Parts: sequence; structure tokens; C-alpha cells
Amino acid sequence: MSTSSGACLPLEEITLDSFSQFPEGRRVLTCIQCGLCAGTCPYGDVMDYPPRRIIAMLRAGLIERVFTSDSLLNCVACYACMAKCPRGIQLTEVLLPLVKEQVFLRLPETPPELNKALENTLRYGNPTGESARKRALWVKTAGVPIRLLPEDPRPVDVLWFVECQNSYHPRGQDISRATARLFHALGVDFAILGNEEKCAGECARLLGETGLFDTLMDYNVAVFRNYRFNRIVTSGAHAYDAFKYQYSRVGFAWPVDHVTPFLAQHLDSLRPKLTKKLNYRVTYHDSCCLGRHNGFYEEPRMLLQAIPGVKLVEMPHNRINAICCGGGGGGMWLDTYFKAKGYERLSERRVKEAVRTGAEVLATSCPYEISRFEDALKVLGQDGKVAVRDVTEVLAEALEG
Amino acid sequence: MDILVLLKMVPDVVEELQVDASGKALDTEFLRMILSEQDAHALEQALLLKERQGARVTVLAREAPEVDQALYEALAKGADRAVRIQAADGGAGTRPAATQFAQVIAGDPVFRGADLILTGTQANDDLDGLLAPLVAHELGLPFLGIVVSVSIDAAGGSATAVREYPGGVRGEFSVALPAVVGIQAAEKSPRYVPVAKVRAVMKSASIGKVEASGIFGQAMPQIEVLEMAKPAAAGKAAMVEGPIEAVAVKLTDILSERGLL
Repeated sequence: MSTSSGACLPLEEITLDSFSQFPEGRRVLTCIQCGLCAGTCPYGDVMDYPPRRIIAMLRAGLIERVFTSDSLLNCVACYACMAKCPRGIQLTEVLLPLVKEQVFLRLPETPPELNKALENTLRYGNPTGESARKRALWVKTAGVPIRLLPEDPRPVDVLWFVECQNSYHPRGQDISRATARLFHALGVDFAILGNEEKCAGECARLLGETGLFDTLMDYNVAVFRNYRFNRIVTSGAHAYDAFKYQYSRVGFAWPVDHVTPFLAQHLDSLRPKLTKKLNYRVTYHDSCCLGRHNGFYEEPRMLLQAIPGVKLVEMPHNRINAICCGGGGGGMWLDTYFKAKGYERLSERRVKEAVRTGAEVLATSCPYEISRFEDALKVLGQDGKVAVRDVTEVLAEALEG
Repeated sequence: MDILVLLKMVPDVVEELQVDASGKALDTEFLRMILSEQDAHALEQALLLKERQGARVTVLAREAPEVDQALYEALAKGADRAVRIQAADGGAGTRPAATQFAQVIAGDPVFRGADLILTGTQANDDLDGLLAPLVAHELGLPFLGIVVSVSIDAAGGSATAVREYPGGVRGEFSVALPAVVGIQAAEKSPRYVPVAKVRAVMKSASIGKVEASGIFGQAMPQIEVLEMAKPAAAGKAAMVEGPIEAVAVKLTDILSERGLL
């Protein structure tokens, strides 16, 4: 059992006593109760137990009360509390998953839409319940050749981990087609796992359904071991986090990149190919995983500004202050639950800001954001006010010309 | 109060079903079996009754691929006992399934003593919804189907069940126990059980086994499958194109040809 991550603690040991035996646990106990976490939390106003109170309850020996509240279903794992904590406590990374796991095991009832997504992910490897055998169907429409490792298992440089949303969702497939064209234009030697790929599972972990996460992690790592490749590049911002921070627990040791920073590394080769002038005002939404959690603030902006004619404008909340789309930590399947509770959907809060910038394009880099923001614009009656497009889609458009 | 829930595995239609080379059966290469959705509702209704009024819940299923997973999940959700009928290959179709369930129930004192037998009112391989009434008939018990809510009456000798009718009409019935009830939908959607709980149950609990009766199948009328085929596509939609006036004339012609005008 690793001591580098508190997430490896056995379930029943989450007490003050056992916490102090682990470096990350000891750091949790240095909390100065300043409340920055609750203040920056997008749902801090409606949560009974924001991180500050969780730590206070832990110290007071009353953590069981937190475990039996459904307060933490509201946590969308956006890393805002962790990014702001003056003591550098690994809130979203260590404390919240541990507490949420206990909450999830005790919840007397979980929202039906969430149940379905979790059951689907376990059975079919994707939350929408699509056939696992249809995962790679989009490849036929890619317009460029895409090698499927199960059919052609020769060694490859880049194993591209496409993820669920970009394999199945029509708008996600647009991102995959754009990404494939960019890889092709750059001469990247890449291949995908096709139907052997399953959800990386990070949102299940950050929801507290760690058993599901472990099952998916074991499966994916076993599949990776069947092939020879030098690095993994994934379209999933959450998958990137899972591979980078969690999969090492079961021996994952490959270098890993997300598509957006990977393309930024190749900007010198990419720039001469971006020949089509796009006279767009573009505002960029920092995804929680890429931005706050990993600090990739400038890479997507550099890519967008390399496109001739693109003018970048910023929303008031940008970089470390970006407002979460609400899809993390299971939030993707809790929209009805949040709505029933009377909360504003975070995706709606976010697109209102985007529309106010006057931008023609709201650029994103996490697969969840496209459908969430497009839906939010429709709900608000603002459909068409701003086009929601992945950074790769805008880049691929600039390839033509 | 003893509640017995009959569970059945059915073909998972998330995978496209194919007919095999014989033309008489499903191609099993990619076929996966899944717990019938309405049986999951029957289990949920039993668990709700257990939580509300106290009961011992036993789940009973015929042998089928992936059935153990479904039984362990039922235990993890709160069922007290799970039993699998061994060597269940007594023939395809609802009739043999019902007879086998009935024989196993009649042959076991615990099953026979159940106050309430719940199962899905339909399944995707039993759209006629015959399983529950056939089981009831063979056991000589009353049957009520298309039920969306059950409660046990205070004295325990009867239950009140709400049955659905077309047009949103609901009827409330009192049924003497023991009885067989076909569940259309539980009062709540079936609960989720965390993977960790299922794994824990797999370590701590075991699935009971009961042998199918030896006489089973001998005198059983079997359905012989002559041919199995995907539904043929009906006629394709005709697109009426042209100037609006011409389209309107064509549409009225089409409608009057079919006697709709």
C-alpha cells in the first residue's frame, strides 16, 4: 500500500489518528480554517459541508455526520478549493475523494440518471450505455487513416486514448475527426485502441465510486500492456488526470499528455500549416483538470493565437478563477438533481459570461464542455450567440486554405 | 414475511442481435445476457417492502450466462439469500421457465412458504407477460400483473397493489397472500450498488444452488422454432417534392387513395 497518496488508505481508517500517519493527511490537519475553500467553491453557498467544515468535523471526531449527509454530491471536483488553499492541502486530490467514497457508500438513494451512467460505465465501458463494439465506428468518417491497434498491433509512437464522449457523442466525434486531421498534418505516428478502450474512470473516482474506478483502471492498464507504444496522448482532460496521478498505483509508467498541450509542444511545426485566416473573436474556457489542476493555462491560448485572424478575449473568470462547467466528479449526470434542488447550473453561469464577451467562439479543451455549454445556451435561449468549439476544431479549420 | 423474487436473464439489446446460420436461434457470438429490467424493478419493490415493513427477501434465478453477477448484485443491494437453479436448460420459452420455477418453488419448503412472489410483469423475451400468471397457475395462487406499487396490510394476510391501466387510470386491489405479483415498475427506480459492496458480498456470501426436478421437461410441451428473422423493413417513406401547390395536390391524392379524406 502506497503512502504517497492518501487515496490508498483503507476505507475504515479515515480518522484523525490514521490521517496523521500519512504525509498528505498530516498536511490536511494543518488547515487554518480560513474558509477560502468554501468561498471559492462554485456550490459553496449550498453545501452543508465545504472542505473547511469537513476538516473541522474531522478534528472534532464528528466526521460520521459528514459521511451521512448528501452535501458532497454537490462537489463537481473543480479543484478550485485546492488551488486556493494557502496551506497547499490536497483537497480535491486526497481529502475529498476519501470522504466522498464514504458518503457514496452510505447514500440511501442516488439520483437515477447517475445510477444509469455508473451501471453503463461498468457494463459497457461508457456512461451513455452504447455498445462497446461501436466505440470506434466514428473512425470510418475521420477522413484520414486511423490505425486500430487490435487490428494492427505493430509498435507505435503515440497511443491516442480517445475517451467516451469523443468516441460516441456526435459533437465529440467532431473533436476526434479534427484531432485526427491535426495528428495527420503533423505526421504523428499514432494509433487508437478502438473497441478495446474503456472509460478511464476519473469521474467515478471523484464522485466516490472508487470500486468502479479501480475496475476500469485494472482493465485499461491490462490492455495497454498488450501493445508497444512510447507515450499516451488523450483527448480526455479527466483521463489525463487519471493516467497522470492514479494509474501509477497499478504500474502505469508511460509518459502522458493531453491533446491540447501536446499540440502546443508541436506549435513550430503546426504554425506554418495554419494558413486559413479565421476572423473570429475567441474566448477560451479553462477546463478544471487542464487549468487549475495542471497549470496548462497558456498552451491552449498559444495555439488559438497562432491562427491567422483570431483575436483572443478573456472572460472575467479565467485561468485559476475559471468557472467549472459543472460536469466533473459525476456532475455530468446530476443536472436534473441540481435543477430539482433549485441550483443554477454551472454551465449556464459560464456561458452567460462567454456571451457577454462578444466572442463568436467559446473554445474548450475538455470533452464534456461542448455538450454542456451548447445545452446551456439552448436552455438560456441564447443558442447561436456564441459557437462552442474545441481548440482542435478551430485549429483543424485553419488547416484548410 | 418472506418475499421471493424470480429473476431472469434476457438478451441485452444494446448489442445488435443477429440470427445464426441455422436461421432458428440468436447468434451467441456477441450475445450478452442482462437481468431483465422489470425483474430489477421487482427486486427493488421487494427491498422497499423489506425496508418499510420488514421481510426476508430471497432471489431465485435460472442458470444463465452472467446470472451470478446479477445474484451478487441483488445480495449487495439488500437481498438476504440468492439461489440459482442448476441445469436450467429445460427448453426455451416462457412455458418451460414458468414450469421449472413452479416445480422448484413447490419442492422447497422455504420457497413454498413465501408470502409474496414478485417478478417482472414482462421481459424482452416475454412481451406477452405470461411467466408470472403461469407460475401462479401452477402453484394455485392468485395473480396480479402490471403492478406499480405494493404494500403488505397490517395483519400480514393480504397485500394492497396498484395496477396500471391505459390513459393513466390506476386500480387498487386487495389480494390474499400468498400471491404472485407481476411488477411493471417499482415505486422508485432501482437503486445503484457501489462496485466495492458487490466485491465485498462476493467474498462474504455465497449463492445457494437448487437442482431442477428430474421430472422436468418430460411431459413439457416445447416450442419448436421454425424460423427466426429480423423484422423486414416496412415500405420506405416517399418524399413529395415540387412547388407547394403541386405538393398539396399530391398529398390530397395520396390521402384520398387511402380513404383518409
